[in-house]
Amino acid sequence: MRVLAAMSGGVDSAVAAARAVEAGHDVTGVHLALARNPQTYRTGARGCCTLEDSRDARRAADVLGIPFYVWDMADRFHADVVDDFVAEYAAGRTPNPCLRCNEKIKFAAVLDRAVALGFDAVVTGHHARLGADGLLRRSVDLAKDQSYVLAVLTREQLDRSVFPLGDSTKAQVREEAARRGLAVADKPDSHDICFIADGDTRGFLAGRLGEAPGEVVDALTGAVVGSHTGAYQYTVGQRRGLHLDRPAPDGRPRYVLSITPKTNTVTVGPAEALEVSTVRAERPVWTGGARPTAPVECEVQLRAHGDVVPATVELTDGGLHAELRRPLRGVAAGQAIVAYRPDPAGDVVLGSATITA
Amino acid sequence: MAYLDHAATTPMLDAALEAYVATAREVGNASSLHAAGRRARRRVEESRERVAAALGARPSEVIFTGGGTESDNLAVKGIFWSRRAAGAGRDRVVCSAVEHHAVLDAVDWLVRHEGAEVSWLPVDAEGRLSPQRLGAELDQHGDRVTLVTAMWANNEVGTVQPVADLAAVAAGHGVPFHTDAVQAVGQVPVDFAASGVAALTVTGHKLGGPTGVGVLLLARDVTATPLLHGGGQERDVRSGTLDAAGIVAFAVAVETAVKAQQEYAARVAALRDDLVARVRRAVPEVVFNGDPVDRLPGNAHFSFTGCEGDALLLLLDAQGIACSTGSACSAGVAQPSHVLLAMGADDDRARSSLRFSLGHTSTAADVDALITALPAAVDRARRAAALRSTPR
Repeated sequence: MRVLAAMSGGVDSAVAAARAVEAGHDVTGVHLALARNPQTYRTGARGCCTLEDSRDARRAADVLGIPFYVWDMADRFHADVVDDFVAEYAAGRTPNPCLRCNEKIKFAAVLDRAVALGFDAVVTGHHARLGADGLLRRSVDLAKDQSYVLAVLTREQLDRSVFPLGDSTKAQVREEAARRGLAVADKPDSHDICFIADGDTRGFLAGRLGEAPGEVVDALTGAVVGSHTGAYQYTVGQRRGLHLDRPAPDGRPRYVLSITPKTNTVTVGPAEALEVSTVRAERPVWTGGARPTAPVECEVQLRAHGDVVPATVELTDGGLHAELRRPLRGVAAGQAIVAYRPDPAGDVVLGSATITA
Repeated sequence: MAYLDHAATTPMLDAALEAYVATAREVGNASSLHAAGRRARRRVEESRERVAAALGARPSEVIFTGGGTESDNLAVKGIFWSRRAAGAGRDRVVCSAVEHHAVLDAVDWLVRHEGAEVSWLPVDAEGRLSPQRLGAELDQHGDRVTLVTAMWANNEVGTVQPVADLAAVAAGHGVPFHTDAVQAVGQVPVDFAASGVAALTVTGHKLGGPTGVGVLLLARDVTATPLLHGGGQERDVRSGTLDAAGIVAFAVAVETAVKAQQEYAARVAALRDDLVARVRRAVPEVVFNGDPVDRLPGNAHFSFTGCEGDALLLLLDAQGIACSTGSACSAGVAQPSHVLLAMGADDDRARSSLRFSLGHTSTAADVDALITALPAAVDRARRAAALRSTPR
């Protein structure tokens, strides 16, 4: 196959490209320039947008002896990921930008361009398994598993994707990088959100959305128990940083239960009020087999690295409905619900959808 | 492989390579007083004389540098500083809009850090500067201008400027004129004295010499404040131990290229004309950029309407064809060419451009390879670009 290896400058994508070369593919490396001004995101090894990362990716491609180019995806990234991230928070939801980037950039804008230019598939360093059966499965390294942020991919997108790392642990990947003479072998993992270099999501949102003072209301009593400078600064399930003026009558901690952008209100309440057993979601994709017409017994995960619980999932007209066997706390609109089928050969991603309530 | 990127760098001439290796085997610092130093100095000074003779300069006007970028920076900043220090209220630079970044960014640095004023000289649709326009600019600001800088020939679109006319206008206003002749030497006749310029940049690796060696020809009555301070080599304008091997090889390459220029230009221009004619026949909707007559013999520059240049480059690279989109930033992200924008092209046309540049090792087979690969690549790049403008 003629494949395009997306190379972030990190160790995973470098080893993924190396394995694609070794598998006999005709590999071309591409680094995605996602920052409009790379200087502003220059923070060492944090994200995937710095000039150092670009050079690291180029160096790895040179060691592998493959062509290497930089593709400018900054405008698309800004519109589809960064602006979307801000708009989702403004709407009282909690987005996952990595998932959105996979859905709109890596396996959409990049994949489409690659296919148009004659490539058969895109290779990435995601930790997930995608075998000959076409099923997406969790990585053998459960701590590094990224099947959650890939579960949004459609059948067409998966059919043009190659994930060479799913059968390896991160430690094995690093060891292989060192053995292959790739200088990124010891490079720290990227964390957090690549376009928020200092990790201050609240500050980033405040800079985009401005201050919008409003009330914090107790769900049980309806009383105003505090104030905030922007409802977008809160996430469902959040406990810290509420700065409430009045303690709860029962003296127990309170959590963010919901955010209502229309009235700019943050509603708080006790932990048990966070518990959710019914989840509704929109824009479902189903890649783990034929689209089911009856409820499916499976397991669901409602946030990246979150708890997994048994559930019954049903596809409805344009949506997805899940009844959890055990209630979960901190279920936030905007996150994905991903349905898995337990499997000794790696849990299989059945489908996913975006949580609405 | 078909190497069609000689304007980026061109293979070293055998004679230059041999001269390099032979000299590099010898020990000696050209500033030392002993026999080894004298031998190195003799090599350097003989080279200086050869370069001067080949380019119509006096040996004392030859300042060896680390290449084109250094020569451009030395000319622009050095003459600016020197003239500003010497004259009341002189703080302006007149610069063409189509300069290489080595000049453009040096001027920009002076604006941002030294309070310089700048007048950009526009070009016409074929990339040509106008001596009349320069005259009008100097009529208006002449007493405040430290220097005029305009390249001899453009590295992207290949347009050759009326340098002698421009230099004469500058001289008429008493303003020194610097020209970046990196692309010109060996391609078109270049004579320092006859051109009337005050400073002229040359680099080795564009004409068959080594990378990392160049000269600034600096007229004897023009002073430049040094960028590098130290041992006081090169008229005290450029300190640093002289690279005898590089300089000897550079001199061989300059002398050879200048001697062969006429014959070379005729042969390469014929190849280039064949390339242009066949590209136009093979690919619909292609725009040929630059001056059709006054242009570098090896340069062919096109806008492939509806393509992205970087996609086309990728596809041609995969077929073993080496060419260039023109300009790139340090992160490697393709920017629309400032040269084409200055020529009045819109963003799309500027981004759709590719440069094919021929040189002393080019053959008809290189052109054949390009013509074989190009139509399918353009077709594919056009489909990819159409897809990009369609939102999902």
